[in-house]
Amino acid sequence: MAAREERIELGLSETDAGAALSLSGVLSIRTVSELRHRLAALNLDRPLVVDLAGVARIDTAGAWLLVDLETRAQSAGGSLDLRNVRDTTALLLDNVRQARPEPENRPEAARGVRALLERIGRAVVGALRYFADLTGFFGLFLARLARVLRHPSQFRLTALVAHCEDVGLRAVPIVSLMAFLIGVVLAFQGAEQLRQFGAEVFVVDLIAISVLRELGILLTAIIVAGRTASAFTAAIGSMKMREEIDAMRTLGLDPGVMLFVPRILALLLMLPILGIIADFMGIFGGALMAWLELGISPSMFVTRLIEGTGVGHLVVGLVKAPAFALIIGVVGCHAGMQVKGNAESLGRMTSGSVVAAIFAVILADALFSVFFAKVGI
Amino acid sequence: MTEDGREAVIRVRGLKTQFGSHVVHENLDLDVYRGEILGVVGGSGTGKSVLLRTITGLQIPAAGEIEVFGVDVLAGGADRDSLDDRWGVMFQDGALFSSLTVRENIEVPMKAVPGLDADIRRELADLKISMVGLPYLAGDLYPSELSGGMRKRAGLARALALDPEIVFLDEPTAGLDPIGAAAFDTLIRNLSQSLGLTVFLVTHDLDTLYAICDRIAVLSERRVLVTGSLEDMLEVDDPWVREYFHGPRARAAFADTAADRED
Ligand SMILES: Nc1ncnc2c1ncn2[C@@H]1O[C@H](COP(=O)(O)OP(=O)(O)O)[C@@H](O)[C@H]1O
Ligand SMILES: [Mg+2]
Repeated sequence: MAAREERIELGLSETDAGAALSLSGVLSIRTVSELRHRLAALNLDRPLVVDLAGVARIDTAGAWLLVDLETRAQSAGGSLDLRNVRDTTALLLDNVRQARPEPENRPEAARGVRALLERIGRAVVGALRYFADLTGFFGLFLARLARVLRHPSQFRLTALVAHCEDVGLRAVPIVSLMAFLIGVVLAFQGAEQLRQFGAEVFVVDLIAISVLRELGILLTAIIVAGRTASAFTAAIGSMKMREEIDAMRTLGLDPGVMLFVPRILALLLMLPILGIIADFMGIFGGALMAWLELGISPSMFVTRLIEGTGVGHLVVGLVKAPAFALIIGVVGCHAGMQVKGNAESLGRMTSGSVVAAIFAVILADALFSVFFAKVGI
Repeated sequence: MTEDGREAVIRVRGLKTQFGSHVVHENLDLDVYRGEILGVVGGSGTGKSVLLRTITGLQIPAAGEIEVFGVDVLAGGADRDSLDDRWGVMFQDGALFSSLTVRENIEVPMKAVPGLDADIRRELADLKISMVGLPYLAGDLYPSELSGGMRKRAGLARALALDPEIVFLDEPTAGLDPIGAAAFDTLIRNLSQSLGLTVFLVTHDLDTLYAICDRIAVLSERRVLVTGSLEDMLEVDDPWVREYFHGPRARAAFADTAADRED
């Protein structure tokens, strides 16, 4: 591999007028670093003669080095005289001279504590801006929803039904299984603890309250956020990427009405239903486990359930569903609209929207808990 | 290797490529000589891009031999690997890595050079950026932020990053406005002269053919039908070649360059 063993030799002789440099070998991208290091100490404030007679080949990198040397010599008050330049080399040097990029003043990158502060500041502003963006997007959704309500002919019922199937029906198996297993786990763990006090029967309250109030709807929302927020982002984002959304606008179709309203509405309709299914399956799983493990018969379970647990718990749980649905839908659609022209940003936005939606759902759940506690429900 | 005193840097003999039962090339012979700009023309779907991909080893032919600098492209080994430094390919839409900025794209091949300092690499990348006529700030942009013409230029800059001896260009001027296309032609001509480049140029653009190609190869009937200068093409007695080089667009382009030459 001769090409990789390129060498450059350098002879330097000082004269009274200045310095003479003779180069031999190959002046290429493979030797340019070495030559530059060896020339670093060279005094440039005097006339310099560079003889290229021994140079077998010069490529763009080599020409760049010579031109760079020339410019630096000139600004240091010296000069550079190239000798024995071949025609092709002269052409190359001219090309490089013309093409030398304008030295641009880049902003100095901050370092140390300042850089850290700057990063934190940017992150905070970014987060606030994101939140403001989401609020704006929510407003857009409401406006488009209002428009659709006033002009029902613009409403895309088929799309709504299709999204309902995607968001709701197809999520039923995974949501049911998840809730069933949660019920089983709760009953099992609760039984272990309550048996010590001989208070096995309270396992019913434990299961009912935790599933109905919190876990049923929260875990459903998390699963739906994972499935649906990413699907929304990917679908809208790839349309954005291929300029389909711009095409829609030029055709007089509103992306809000066409894309966001059916999707978010489908979520609004489906999430409460999925929540009810999850509640039911969770309690079913818990009852099954209570029967097998603690000998609490199904009829006893139901009696205790009706006596001990108010409908309030179910309502408290389900009230959260529309809020979660809006969060998931808005985050997912908004992220889709942020996709830029490349596949990379589509991937980043898709995974980002899932994380943001799940985080927002949990945050909202915490706020709800605080609120209900204060109100005393 | 040497025929009439010229060194063939690319030598294709008896090439056959096919996709399933669809034969694209059969018995195709082609020589490309050092330092020339060869224009490859042919109707849509005659396999110009496939030929380019086959010569650069991206596509395995069904039969035939391909040598570049006397090295068998289809063989393995260190000789074959060293070819990657000696040629550059510019794909039809630039094929830039979308997750990297333009500058980083151009630095990708340079990273394989041992001992090249990062700051020099960066400056060289900036130099390539402006050599292909992109504004300085384009280096910080991502491919998705560039127009089609800029992406092509950036693709060319990446293909030229290591100063290869051969560049393969797939329709470099397609989709450019006439002024942009003419500037691109000048750029290629200029670079090929100053760097001693051999250029394998697939094109549909008659102006490009007239302005910069030393020799033309016509792809038709699954092989290279004829090669020769523009004047030779006008003599060829083949319906497609006649249509192509005697059509109104061809006459216009020819008149333009003839006028340019007289100036
Ligand atoms: N990956 C592939 N699979 C199947 N057929 C292909 C493939 N690539 C190219 N072809 C076929 O080979 C023929 C030549 O294609 P191409 O070289 O792209 O044409 P062009 O001359 O316009 O560049 C076309 O008929 C195309 O359908
Ligand atoms: Mg093609």
